[in-house]
Amino acid sequence: MTVPSVAVQSRPSILSRLAESRNALGFGFMLPAAALLLVFLTYPLGLGVWLGFTDTRIGRPGIFIGVENYEYLWSDSVFWLSVFNTLLYTVSASILKFVLGLWLALILNEKLPFKSFFRAIVLLPWVVPTVLSAIAFWWIYDSQFSILSWALQQMGLIDHRINFLGDPTNARASVIAANVWRGIPFVAITLLAGLQTIPQSLYEAATLDGASRWQLFRYVTLPLLTPIIAITMTFSVLFTFTDFQLIYVLTRGGPVNATHLMATLSFQRGIAGGQLGEGAAIAVAMIPFLLAAILFSYFGLQRRRWQQGGGD
Amino acid sequence: MAAIKEVERLETDEGGMGYLQSLPRRVVTVYLPLLVFLVVLLFPFYWMTITAVKPNLEMTDYVNYNPFWVVHPTLEHIRYLLFETSYPGWLLNTIIISTAATFLSLAAAVLAAYAIERLRFSGARQVGLAVFLAYLVPPSILFIPLSVMVFNLGLYDTPFALILTYPTFLIPFCTWLLMGYFRSIPFELEECALIDGASRWQILTKIVLPLSVPGLISAGIFAFTLSWNEFIYALTFIQSSEKKTVPVGVLTELVRSDVYEWGALMAGALIGSLPVVVLYSFFVEHYVSSMTGAVKE
Repeated sequence: MTVPSVAVQSRPSILSRLAESRNALGFGFMLPAAALLLVFLTYPLGLGVWLGFTDTRIGRPGIFIGVENYEYLWSDSVFWLSVFNTLLYTVSASILKFVLGLWLALILNEKLPFKSFFRAIVLLPWVVPTVLSAIAFWWIYDSQFSILSWALQQMGLIDHRINFLGDPTNARASVIAANVWRGIPFVAITLLAGLQTIPQSLYEAATLDGASRWQLFRYVTLPLLTPIIAITMTFSVLFTFTDFQLIYVLTRGGPVNATHLMATLSFQRGIAGGQLGEGAAIAVAMIPFLLAAILFSYFGLQRRRWQQGGGD
Repeated sequence: MAAIKEVERLETDEGGMGYLQSLPRRVVTVYLPLLVFLVVLLFPFYWMTITAVKPNLEMTDYVNYNPFWVVHPTLEHIRYLLFETSYPGWLLNTIIISTAATFLSLAAAVLAAYAIERLRFSGARQVGLAVFLAYLVPPSILFIPLSVMVFNLGLYDTPFALILTYPTFLIPFCTWLLMGYFRSIPFELEECALIDGASRWQILTKIVLPLSVPGLISAGIFAFTLSWNEFIYALTFIQSSEKKTVPVGVLTELVRSDVYEWGALMAGALIGSLPVVVLYSFFVEHYVSSMTGAVKE
């Protein structure tokens, strides 16, 4: 190669070849991940939508039946109950997780001895497999030997055992409590990370201006924390909305479908009941709600961008 | 990475105005609520542990024995679990499946993250966004079509059904996490290597990967934990008792008819949680910082 003389002329071609190889290399590097995701994520997503329009059962391929599954679900009171339950479960659990998680984050942000130890220990409920901790809750909520009933009785607060999972209202409250227990650490630790990025000088300045503790929280902490709150809560809402394990362990949707979520109903009809088409239709019905949650997150991010002066 | 530095910085001058608070006030606003939080968050683990070593007699007799304590601890439940059930097999299955899925996903995610973040092929941004969206697709809406696919591919009731489907949530997560790590590696290092004639592959294996070991570790731990905890796919795709994973096995095989072996169940839950807890306690700092980092991206 006669490098000096050719360099000027051949620059475009080298650049274009570089660009080409970039794309070729990029394609090669993306291939394993893309193949796995396309085959086992994108395709099933489409297949699920298709199955929702068929009457497929386990062991029998179905035929296209249009929106019959959806028509049936539309007039199915159990389905609507599960929608109601899912919304109730998601909204109340998310609010509780947010309030308690933020509170815990604020506490952990204080000057504490053994701070990192506390931070580590607080994460435990989130790390342990949900099914296994749910089994512990199952035992805590046992109708006969519930430790909670026993403790409350000993304190003289109640005079008979609480039927935690047998009564519709109690069962709903119990599964929400278990979900909140598991979700608090995630919210607390992510919000804690957000809190630690807020400069102390802002608090000092506000204190000099005579702000009360509430005003410090309301006008310094909260606005600066909003972006991370938006992201954390979107994830939390998504995970809560699609929850399956906790319900499956604690109540399997009972008593009288009072705790059936859309995911558990989809499993019960689709896999346990063998009506794959109908189960898929229930799963597809969850998608609009998920999109709403993702859009919510998107606008949360927009706001963050705006707060940071356009750059991100 | 930024989160760790932030934490370190703040731990040196934390609570800048803490001296303004009196001790009694701190007890009420900080220590007391913290104590309540810790008791509530840790009680189920205590209850799990105490039940696992409690003889059946004490477990159901609340009149003569205080249920919060155990008078004659026993290893009977754990012995039963390890020697008279398929529990050890489930543990082995879970370890094999989680490890395989983790390595598969990490390998794919490293390549993908490097391509998206550093090769900057055309459309890299869109692909990055697509990966993020893929993370938001929940298993609850995929398990029915996946079960049809798994069955048609002849993978039903084999470990491969899980090893191949777990990457659907592991790859997006690991890719997203590693993209953040690769972004923190200066471009200049790669440019130097390119000028010295290194190929992209050499750059990845000799420069980028050694520099992102913390990221790889946390992505690996994350992926391992997520696969260990996975439930709905394992419940749907595996049928034979001896091929189940720990969460599914404990729930479906140890609960027989109306007689609940609470001691064995709790022992199973405890032992099934231990590997994740031990793994996590070794790397907790990575874990916390990468979790918060991943959310902050």
